[in-house]
Amino acid sequence: MITVEGLTKSFGPVRAVDGISFELAEGEALALIGPSGCGKSTTLRMINRLIEPSAGRVLIDGVDTTGIPPATLRLRMGYAIQGIGLFPHRTVAQNIATVPRLLGWPRPRIAARVAELLELFGLPPAIFARKYPHELSGGQQQRVGVARAMAGKPAVLLMDEPFGALDPITRTRLQDEFLAIRRRMGTTVLLVTHDMDEAFKLADRLAVMERGRIVQLDAPESLLRRPASAFVESLIGSEDRGLKLLSLAGVTALMGPAMDWMPIGDGTFRKAGANVSLAPLSASASLREAASRLVFAGVDELPVIDEGGAIVGVIDMERIIAFGGGSR
Amino acid sequence: MTEEPTARPVPTGAAAEGRGLARLCAVAALLAVAFAPFLALQPNRIVSGEGFSLPALPAAWLGLPLAAVLTACALVAALAHHAAVQALAGAAGALAALLGAGLAATALLPAGATLARVSLGSGFWLTTGAFGLILADALVKLRGGPLARITLAFAAVGAVLAVLAAGLWNDLSIMREYAANRDSFWQQGARHLVLVGGSLAPALLLGIPLGYLCHRLAAARGAVLAVLSVIQTVPSIAMFGLMMAPLAALAAAYPALGAAGIRGIGLTPALLALFLYSLLPVVANTVAGFAAVPPAVVEAARGMGMGPLRRLAGVEWPLAFPVIVTGVRIVLVQNIGLAAVAALIGAGGFGTFVFRGMGQTAMDLVLLGAVPIVILAFLAAVVLDAVAGRARGRAA
Repeated sequence: MITVEGLTKSFGPVRAVDGISFELAEGEALALIGPSGCGKSTTLRMINRLIEPSAGRVLIDGVDTTGIPPATLRLRMGYAIQGIGLFPHRTVAQNIATVPRLLGWPRPRIAARVAELLELFGLPPAIFARKYPHELSGGQQQRVGVARAMAGKPAVLLMDEPFGALDPITRTRLQDEFLAIRRRMGTTVLLVTHDMDEAFKLADRLAVMERGRIVQLDAPESLLRRPASAFVESLIGSEDRGLKLLSLAGVTALMGPAMDWMPIGDGTFRKAGANVSLAPLSASASLREAASRLVFAGVDELPVIDEGGAIVGVIDMERIIAFGGGSR
Repeated sequence: MTEEPTARPVPTGAAAEGRGLARLCAVAALLAVAFAPFLALQPNRIVSGEGFSLPALPAAWLGLPLAAVLTACALVAALAHHAAVQALAGAAGALAALLGAGLAATALLPAGATLARVSLGSGFWLTTGAFGLILADALVKLRGGPLARITLAFAAVGAVLAVLAAGLWNDLSIMREYAANRDSFWQQGARHLVLVGGSLAPALLLGIPLGYLCHRLAAARGAVLAVLSVIQTVPSIAMFGLMMAPLAALAAAYPALGAAGIRGIGLTPALLALFLYSLLPVVANTVAGFAAVPPAVVEAARGMGMGPLRRLAGVEWPLAFPVIVTGVRIVLVQNIGLAAVAALIGAGGFGTFVFRGMGQTAMDLVLLGAVPIVILAFLAAVVLDAVAGRARGRAA
């Protein structure tokens, strides 16, 4: 568990970060989000002491890190940045092995860890281990950057806009991959981003920062339903707030029993008495996807199927609209 | 280093690409063979003599076939579709000119005339230069690796030395000068290397740390580079002169220093001057090399827990190295040339022959000093280019 207590950074009379406190549970992902200059990157860089705090402290599992030499401390914290910063003169495998080597792991353990991470990030070691960074695409480079940051099994993975420099399609794909890897490995993550969608997607909780302070720290749904101030509201974006809310919940949480839908053999389904057949929704779809499909098809309800193709329920517009109720 | 190496152009149509230079050189060679004096016969070593182009050579049995061979080489080089053919034509042409000059000199020299000399004319230099360029151009097109280039450079120099060692040039005036200065030639050669190496080594030992310091301390950078730039602008003769007075005074004030070999003329002021000239390229390239290390790379290294020494040795130095080597190349080539001027203040080196030859208006004595300097500078450039190329390839 990471505990941040009253972290403050003053540059002359200006307080760039002003008494930030939060806790990060084992396996949790927290996003620091806010506009440029709100102090989110400074906060992150104070945690691994790339910036020396003016006041406050960071504890790992209750142990104060203030007395630990910065270089030693950083070995226990992964660090992935937007600029990636792969070592251009070292191979992919050597890059990933950086922290394990600094930690003095035995060679076989390092080799095994490198191979494991390459597999995990969809970069087969046989092809990628010996490549140099300049031989990789931007997305592959960033995968290696994140793998390198995770290599030493850090207590916390610090990420500063890690997917910021990628094109939207690659970014989305990497976010999905990273989310799956994080869930599988149980990595504790502290993410800095200015992209609200990225924060909603990757983080369990969001800390919204404004002028060096945390103005709201909440789960995505609470943040959307009950923004603490006009600033938070504007950051979330008031127009598509409802849609964002829908994207947080899956259809299975809201669907009703499947009554009179019948498969007609070609993968589509038909409701008894109706004469149109419709493609079903996957059980992993979000409510947002469901709403979009309902609107596009111009129907009231759609069947939901599991991975095997069997009907597990139906989702209808009424339930989706009701999901939005209860917000401020 | 910043360019995207994956975008390296594919060598499509290596032969078609840039045939212009080879053709230009071939035309120059043809014109030189036909019209320019290949050799000159002088009554003695000082008086300028009568020039003979190859076709006009009294020994027509040699001049005409030689002219024909050189013409053929030039035509093949100009029309070659493959760079390898062009390279062979260039090498063959240069070698033919080299061998031909020696044979023609023997043929041209009147029997029993002890004072008469045969010197190399503009035709020889133009022809050899043109074929040399044809060869170099072909090698660039062939994209040989660093090792291949070093091997070829040494092979070329080795071929010249073999021709000389075989005595084929013994009737040429430049080799007459060599014969007269045989012992001092090698002594001055060794001295030349001492001048170059003795100034380069301390320049690296001081310049690279100083450059790193300038990289870390922006405040020092401006001042250090400004001072070194001013030093660089002092003309070399003035610099050697400037060294004389203070060092002479120093030796006079402290006889122990004088006894240790420090005096106003000779080796000490020359080494000092060359050392001062070396500092700017070394320091400036060290600064540029470290500045070219991407900030994100350094940030990532810091953020992962690499300490300052590890970062320097494992990340910053290897990435800065190719640029620093480029600085060393500049210094080495520059000092090999500048060391010639050091002969003026009694420091020795190949410059001794250059200045003595100028004093005696004996051009071949000048060449005896100048040609080895050119060869040394050429070899230094090729070797260090290869080192820099290798380092850059690794740091890609």
